Amino acid sequence: MNPLSVVARTVCNLFAWFLAVFGIYVIVHGHLTPGGGFQGGAVVATFMAFLLVAHGGSKMQSWVRKDIFTLMECLGLTVFIAAALLGMSHTFFFNFLANAGGLFGSSVPIGPNSGALNTSGTIALMNLSVGLEVVGGLSMILLYMFSGVHPEEPFGREETGHDR
Amino acid sequence: MTGNFPYLVVGILFVIGFVGLIFEKNLVKIAIAVSVVEAATNLFIITLGYRSGGSIPVWTMAGSGSSRMVLPTPQALTLTAIVIGLATTALLLSFVMTIYRHYGSLDVRDIRRLRG
Amino acid sequence: MKARILFLVSILVVGGLLWSGLQAVHPFGEPNATPMDDYFIANAQGEAAANNVVTSIVFDYRGFDTLGEGAVLFTAVISVAAIFRKRGQH
Repeated sequence: MNPLSVVARTVCNLFAWFLAVFGIYVIVHGHLTPGGGFQGGAVVATFMAFLLVAHGGSKMQSWVRKDIFTLMECLGLTVFIAAALLGMSHTFFFNFLANAGGLFGSSVPIGPNSGALNTSGTIALMNLSVGLEVVGGLSMILLYMFSGVHPEEPFGREETGHDR
Repeated sequence: MTGNFPYLVVGILFVIGFVGLIFEKNLVKIAIAVSVVEAATNLFIITLGYRSGGSIPVWTMAGSGSSRMVLPTPQALTLTAIVIGLATTALLLSFVMTIYRHYGSLDVRDIRRLRG
Repeated sequence: MKARILFLVSILVVGGLLWSGLQAVHPFGEPNATPMDDYFIANAQGEAAANNVVTSIVFDYRGFDTLGEGAVLFTAVISVAAIFRKRGQH
């Protein structure tokens, strides 16, 4: 896959960061607004697809390493299971941080309210971990499926664009 | 007002996907048909959970008169189904790419060696 | 030609079965039994301290589903990596 023209590359360089910021907003505000870890993670993974389409494969391979995404995915799943196991004194998946004060521990008023970020206990923690896992997983799927398009050509080969 | 029109939309989507699943010979089109059937299923679950006049099940900045909300459980299950569908679609397309590399064709009639 | 007729018959059979099953579904906008969802809507703020009821169901009330979902996503990613991995690369 060849890189696009210089106009498309510049526009993608600018707007990819807005995508990333919007995805992180959706992940962090998962317990307040519609959205959550999966949706925000998919939006952040769109950042990778954007840059992959705009800049071509060889540049993308030189920018990122697959080990980072593997680490992100494993870390997300581990934090998720750990947050579920830490409430084991009551039951599996017990929300031990909610209404307890401290981290994510504020209680919310019943009924419609304006929402506070420091609420909902392990739900916010699991949103963050699942968002991390989805970002790593989808980016790994993208990069591996892209590297499967040209299996016989190594990625060190220099690709030439339309605007030479 | 809308009546049972959403069920009709679900049926039309499902029939499109099912016919594509049976009559198409291209593997990529079969993958698309699987995705269409998946979308019909998700839409059906969401449609079952709608309450007429209900708002979204989120309390942040909800109006004072918004005590009537749509059912949240079908939405949560649909969220699960969407992510699982994404995973299966990625795996399906990976297998399609492997098959194309191995046989040089995407037509199911050309892939003779799969027949027993 | 014979296979095509067989396919059409199978489509008609499946469609008939689905249509007969749809006769028992409630009309659009009026769910039949909603005590569980009413409980979630009423108690998600008190028990889980979350404003978003859907998120409180996904991560708190039905956490097992989400655990299986994460496992499925992890397995799919590992499978794609195993399909496209090059020789001598891990």
